[in-house]
Amino acid sequence: MLDYPRKQAESGKDRMNETNSQISVSLWRGAEDGRYETYTVPKRESQTVLDVVTFVQRHIDTTLSYRFACRVGVCGSCAMTVNGKPRWTCRTHVSKVADSGHLEIGPLENLPIIKDLATDMEPFFEKWQQADGVFAPTKTRRDAIEQIRPDSMARKAVDAVIECINCGVCYSACDTVRWNEDYLGPAALTRAWTLVNDERDGGNKARLQAIAGSGGCHTCHSHQTCQELCPQTLNPTAAIAGLKRRTAAAYLKGEL
Amino acid sequence: MNVRLYVWQRGTAALMAPLVLIHIAVIFYATRQGLSAADILSRTRGSVVWAAYYGLFVAAVSIHAAIGVRNILSEWSPVHDRSAGRVALAFGLILAAAGLRAIYGLVFA
Repeated sequence: MLDYPRKQAESGKDRMNETNSQISVSLWRGAEDGRYETYTVPKRESQTVLDVVTFVQRHIDTTLSYRFACRVGVCGSCAMTVNGKPRWTCRTHVSKVADSGHLEIGPLENLPIIKDLATDMEPFFEKWQQADGVFAPTKTRRDAIEQIRPDSMARKAVDAVIECINCGVCYSACDTVRWNEDYLGPAALTRAWTLVNDERDGGNKARLQAIAGSGGCHTCHSHQTCQELCPQTLNPTAAIAGLKRRTAAAYLKGEL
Repeated sequence: MNVRLYVWQRGTAALMAPLVLIHIAVIFYATRQGLSAADILSRTRGSVVWAAYYGLFVAAVSIHAAIGVRNILSEWSPVHDRSAGRVALAFGLILAAAGLRAIYGLVFA
């Protein structure tokens, strides 16, 4: 194992001592009542934020807890708050976010902290269930497969947001979630939007009722932080706007 | 905010957009023509059109503002939704009463 300096207390002097070959990184340690602690990590070419966290865990403090899996932007496990903004750390290069040469990495906001950089994602996925984000089939295995035209309006609406990887970045970035813990959040509502537009799905009446109440899609203020920070460059705000229109139309028709 | 409040707030906002423009145009007309209070009252007294126009305006404002106050209270204060709804209802009724009193003075007094 390489011999690297142990944890260093954060101070202006540490920052002054930083060289071009090193990077200073503050990591959240502990649970809700924790604090940031600062480490020095060697700088590498094409280094990602996840590389930095992994370095600290492998070489400086093995008790550091964090979550990752694929390391290539598919699984959505490694999102953290990097210099104040939620990001997927495996695809975020240090050179893009550490303008001052310093990184501050914390757990995702708006979610309970388990330990260090790992948050409890249960409230996030609970809201998927509350938004009725589960496919309701209308056919059996003996029926013919539904033909969906790729150029249909509904299919295009699904295509626009179907690549969500459930990383929680939008949920963490959302001011409305911060203010109102009952708000379902961008990811759950975007999932609901894909099902509302799924021609094979038969659960829209219950789904629209689930998202039309208090804490549902109408709670969104359209701040658009979700679409600004979504690592997949999806636009949850547009999906939520679609749900607002769809539920309003259903209400006016007396269906809700 | 739920879909019922959303529809009423957006609906009253859509209604108020042309009403506000007409209201501003009337103010510009009255000031540029140098109309006195007596001149204005002579045009509005007994007018069903002005009563209906400002009656609709007052109703839209009262509903729209009350829903907005409810949202602000429920999002920015520790007040629960039900209490916020009651405060907003009282606020809306005060606005409506004040507006209708003004219309009474403009058209019927």
